[in-house]
Amino acid sequence: MSRFVLLALLCLGLASPAQAGLKVFATLPEWGALARVIGADSVTVFVATHALQDPHHIEARPSLIARARQADLVVANGADLEVGWLPAVLSAAGNGPIQPGQPGYFEAAAQVALLEVPARVDRADGDVHPAGNPHIGLDPHRLLAVGTALHERMAALDPAQAAVYRANWSAFSARWQLAIARWTERAAPLRGKAIVVHHTAYPYFTRWLGLTRAGALEAKAGVAPGSAHLAALRDALAGQPVLAIVRPPYAPEGPGQWLAGETGIPLLRLPTTVEQSVDEAGLTAWFDELIDRLLAHRR
Amino acid sequence: MLFRRIPSAPLALALALVTSPAISASDAELDELRAQVRALRDSYEHRLAELESRLARQAAPAPAPAPAADGRRGFNPEISLTLQGQYRRMKDIDERHLSGFAGASHGDEDGHDHGAGERGFSLDHTELVLAANIDSHYRGLVNFGIADGEVEVEEAWFQSTGLGHGLTLRGGRFLSSIGYLNAQHAHAWDFADAPLMYTALFGEHASYGNDGLQFKWVLPTELFAEMGAEVGRGANFPGTDRDVNGIGSSAVFAHLGGDVGTSHSWRTGLSYLNARSAGRESHFDDVGGEEVEGAFTGRSRMWIADAVWKWAPDGNGGARALTLQAEFFQRREDGDLTCQGEAGSACAVALDSDYRTRQRGWYAQAVYKFHPQWRVGLRHDRLDPGRRDYGANNTNIARDDHAPRRSSVMVDWSPSEFSRLRLQLARDQSMAGETDNQLWLQYVMSLGAHGAHRF
Repeated sequence: MSRFVLLALLCLGLASPAQAGLKVFATLPEWGALARVIGADSVTVFVATHALQDPHHIEARPSLIARARQADLVVANGADLEVGWLPAVLSAAGNGPIQPGQPGYFEAAAQVALLEVPARVDRADGDVHPAGNPHIGLDPHRLLAVGTALHERMAALDPAQAAVYRANWSAFSARWQLAIARWTERAAPLRGKAIVVHHTAYPYFTRWLGLTRAGALEAKAGVAPGSAHLAALRDALAGQPVLAIVRPPYAPEGPGQWLAGETGIPLLRLPTTVEQSVDEAGLTAWFDELIDRLLAHRR
Repeated sequence: MLFRRIPSAPLALALALVTSPAISASDAELDELRAQVRALRDSYEHRLAELESRLARQAAPAPAPAPAADGRRGFNPEISLTLQGQYRRMKDIDERHLSGFAGASHGDEDGHDHGAGERGFSLDHTELVLAANIDSHYRGLVNFGIADGEVEVEEAWFQSTGLGHGLTLRGGRFLSSIGYLNAQHAHAWDFADAPLMYTALFGEHASYGNDGLQFKWVLPTELFAEMGAEVGRGANFPGTDRDVNGIGSSAVFAHLGGDVGTSHSWRTGLSYLNARSAGRESHFDDVGGEEVEGAFTGRSRMWIADAVWKWAPDGNGGARALTLQAEFFQRREDGDLTCQGEAGSACAVALDSDYRTRQRGWYAQAVYKFHPQWRVGLRHDRLDPGRRDYGANNTNIARDDHAPRRSSVMVDWSPSEFSRLRLQLARDQSMAGETDNQLWLQYVMSLGAHGAHRF
């Protein structure tokens, strides 16, 4: 037993900041991808969730605590998206430098202006986020702004690699701006088109591309769609030109399928985060896919 | 900053090419070059416009983003309130107990317990929690259980946030981290009442709270591994408040956990608690069936093994999920017993004797979520009263060999994360000679700060 403890203490010594490269704990794949873009091979990135999971409803699993225990930097989305589990993970991890308020804790939503800031905070309105809608990753401009702040934070935390982080970031941001121009141009035919959303996960996306929202399957954010609301939505949509009903991959298909069957509007699965590889290719493929899927259903 | 990123060299080169007298170039080549330049210019103009619009957009609605994104701004401290109540239908049994297990005897009818209480409609205690970071070193939490005529401090602790190296120190009153269910408050339970094993071990509160210190260490490994130790006053059952300078009770625990693939996760633990009693009073039945009072002085030592396995398809527990959970304990109590009773009982003359028990028990449960708002659960409880040796009092105190058991089934509906309605049926055979078919209708509602989704 004492030998084991000694060994463990030795490991502890080795795991101190003397080791090169940051260990990043990202709550969402898009923030993990940004950290990987910035850090490339100099960082280790762990992503706590994936596209098939609802980032609101994650449990503070032991595996997450173990990863947070070893992280040098937590990249959280913020705006209360992870309020149900991240505080519990951080409090159990016993890792001082990544606690909120410390340099090792980074919040993406704190870097940009948020949409849909509620005028009143009342749970009768559903799962409201007092700071505003947290799904900022779906706006590539905001994503860029978050990355700009993130690479500065990473450079500050790991001065030895700062030049690498800065070079990686400036190269990426040039490519990303070109990609934004390409997407904006391709998506021009979508401007003014209406979509129905399952959950209010897309306001940043619709605003970026000039789409409008004709309705939501969830009458209240985060509350499962009810049949009365769906029926009312069907009636309200009658005769309206609507491009698609969109749902995040983690949301149940049933309600959208029902509405699609009733109205003839196609149901689309639009990922709310990076679905493929958690890196630049994944980020690019994510936006390519969002736009391709919508364009394919343009009428 | 953003404009600097636009590579201007190719543009300049292209412009130089067309504006300079391109003597050797054919018309076709010239046209091609012109077209390229036009495309380049269009592309840059487009991007410039985009960047300008973006700058304008970002400049206009920027109401100090950093503080606005801090959702906790309005909740310092975070306040949450849990409302709990029930309708319960069960047999009218005078003194409920677990056959073969010494319980803490309260003379008073304080009614503050978790679901073991009254028949008919009743209000369980209302829980008020205040929590906040104290400063950059500590976090604090207080949990009040409010019932008629009393406010009980269920928890009141500070916890270090900045020790690092996986270390956490907690001090004050807290629910011990032994077992799996122990640190959970009643509103987080999957059933309306606690497993019989928790009632047998810790009395009617069905969880072990202590005033003292807790030290935890999460190992720097990818597999979750945590160990911890607690020392404290040890005033609660199975110990008693002994009014000493030293340590009343101590505990150690270790947890392991992890994921298997994307759909499975697990945690398992082993805990040990050592508590001391001085004159702990319990009711016993004498050999003639009369109630006598036994006062125990000695040590209680127990092991608890726990395991939880959770499944959710692709790690998405939104619509379907399964939780399997089981705990097992073994408890040894060694010391002296003083048996006292009224005239006519076997202990009419108080008699001191040895007291040695070896007891065990377990429960296993499964909870299945089959719809985003609906879950069903099944639980089985079983206790083994085991070996009980009361020395000279063996001839006075009855030793019933009934093994308490209970089966429960529940269904609950949670229209949101913050409300839950539950129906539970149980067949309770925890007392010798009694089969009690019970029914609950329970509500659990939470207001205020968002609760934690604990594993």
